[in-house]
Amino acid sequence: MTYALRRRLNSAAVIIGFFVVWELACVIFHIKEIVLPRPSQVFETLWLQAPAIWPHTVQTLYTTLVGFALGIISGVLLGVLIGSSRLAYDTGYPLLIGFSSIPKVAVVPIFVLWFGAGTVPAVLTAMIMSLFPIVVNVATGLATTEPELEDVMKALRATKLDILFNVGLPRAMPYFFASLKVSVTLAFVGTVIAETVASNQGIGNLMMIASSSFDVPLVFAGLLVLALLGVGLYAIFSLIEGRVIGWARRKDDAGFA
Amino acid sequence: MNEDAPPFVHLQDVRLTYGHGDRTVEALGTTNLKVGKGDFVALVGPSGCGKSTILKLVTGLIPASAGWVFVAQREVGAEPVRVGMAFQNPTLLPWLTIRQNVMLPLKIVPPFRQQYRAKKKTEFRDRADALLEQVGLAGFGDKFPWQLSGGMLQRASLCRALIHDPQLLMLDEPFGALDQFTREELWAILQDLWLTRRPTVLLVTHDLKEAGYLANRVCVMRARPGRIVEDCAVDFVRPRTIEMTYEPGFVSLTQRLRELIVSARAPDAAVESAA
Ligand SMILES: Nc1ncnc2c1ncn2[C@@H]1O[C@H](COP(=O)(O)OP(=O)(O)O)[C@@H](O)[C@H]1O
Ligand SMILES: [Mg+2]
Repeated sequence: MTYALRRRLNSAAVIIGFFVVWELACVIFHIKEIVLPRPSQVFETLWLQAPAIWPHTVQTLYTTLVGFALGIISGVLLGVLIGSSRLAYDTGYPLLIGFSSIPKVAVVPIFVLWFGAGTVPAVLTAMIMSLFPIVVNVATGLATTEPELEDVMKALRATKLDILFNVGLPRAMPYFFASLKVSVTLAFVGTVIAETVASNQGIGNLMMIASSSFDVPLVFAGLLVLALLGVGLYAIFSLIEGRVIGWARRKDDAGFA
Repeated sequence: MNEDAPPFVHLQDVRLTYGHGDRTVEALGTTNLKVGKGDFVALVGPSGCGKSTILKLVTGLIPASAGWVFVAQREVGAEPVRVGMAFQNPTLLPWLTIRQNVMLPLKIVPPFRQQYRAKKKTEFRDRADALLEQVGLAGFGDKFPWQLSGGMLQRASLCRALIHDPQLLMLDEPFGALDQFTREELWAILQDLWLTRRPTVLLVTHDLKEAGYLANRVCVMRARPGRIVEDCAVDFVRPRTIEMTYEPGFVSLTQRLRELIVSARAPDAAVESAA
């Protein structure tokens, strides 16, 4: 307990230290606020402009979560398909890798063409950004079942579905949750890209407008909001992960949250 | 065993070749084996001689390349025979407790499968606990696999192989990774389980003492291609004990088995005289 507490205090100190060093560096080297605002300015902007920033925050969070949810659903389905069928593996994997190599910013205009500017392209961009790690991890988790365990199951005349639900999916859970933590941050990236290119709402759009009027502290305030949202969601998923798949970590480990 | 009763397991002129094209391995040459219902047969031989392959054939995990595999007078796969399997690696599921692991077959095998929802909290649970107690794991039902030692995991794995009252029990070097004392303890437990439940057992082992202690028959195999070269009856009285393994009769059996295996490993000429 005291060890966990000390670990937490240490990490808090380092994070606060980071902002202090940043602040001091700006003061000592006389860095202009248009180049790099001081953290205190950023926080001040965040505080003063909160009423203006808030709706954008809600919009970005909403878009990200919807896109992420769609990403999870389609990612798990695709992962199960690829992980349990030879043919799907052979055809699906190359397609997936090809698709994920495309810069997503190039895809946004296509979504805009199809669905018009606004929330839908942002949701879809968040979805495809978060898709790839989920598919790969679920498929990997399914594919790593020990052959002997499979023999035990087959000797019991277990059906493919029996094996999937009793062995495959539980075994894939740690991989799945590891991918969720990565994917949720990618979903944010996707949302912000789309908002920057083609939306009149959201933190991405806010930062676009702020930077075109050289309001650099507001740009940084937007970045800070994104970082906080990302950390918050990461922490939530770590917590769920700890609850659901504690078995994969064995004994006690304070973990992230 | 009754000589006239039809065999429960019957391999008739079975051959098995792995792979296809020009990269084939002839794992089993023409092999014949009959095992009576409730019998206990051990398969011994150098590694790669096809012992695991025989188990897989009898379980229907792989089809024979030639010949027939019958279980309970029906071609394997067609018959609704319950099978239990255990390997050297206990392969328990790490996210389930020991009891849940043991109960896994009940979730899958009919007729238990249909009753699983209703009975898993009461009858099936008691059944698992009774079996765990029989192998010396009373009170460990709620533990997770990582909390148990290798010997304990192997006991649990035996329970999982037996919980659904299999007619056929397939054991592939189940005690191979354990120390001598744990191994001997588990021999006694397995003998008990066999005497009370009487499944038909095929046991693959490297340990000749283990084969002599547990089995009614020991089949010695040789490799390339795999085949059975000798079938020794073992008729010491049951229940057998560790002390018995030091008696002259037992020692001369294991010595004979050892010679058979050594000659099976040697170049062909020596083998033909043994076979
Ligand atoms: N899936 C497989 N594919 C190709 N060859 C195999 C396969 N399984 C086993 N073999 C080969 O068949 C032979 C017999 O294997 P196995 O039955 O596992 O031997 P044992 O259990 O007696 O050690 C070995 O030479 C092995 O290399
Ligand atoms: Mg083997």
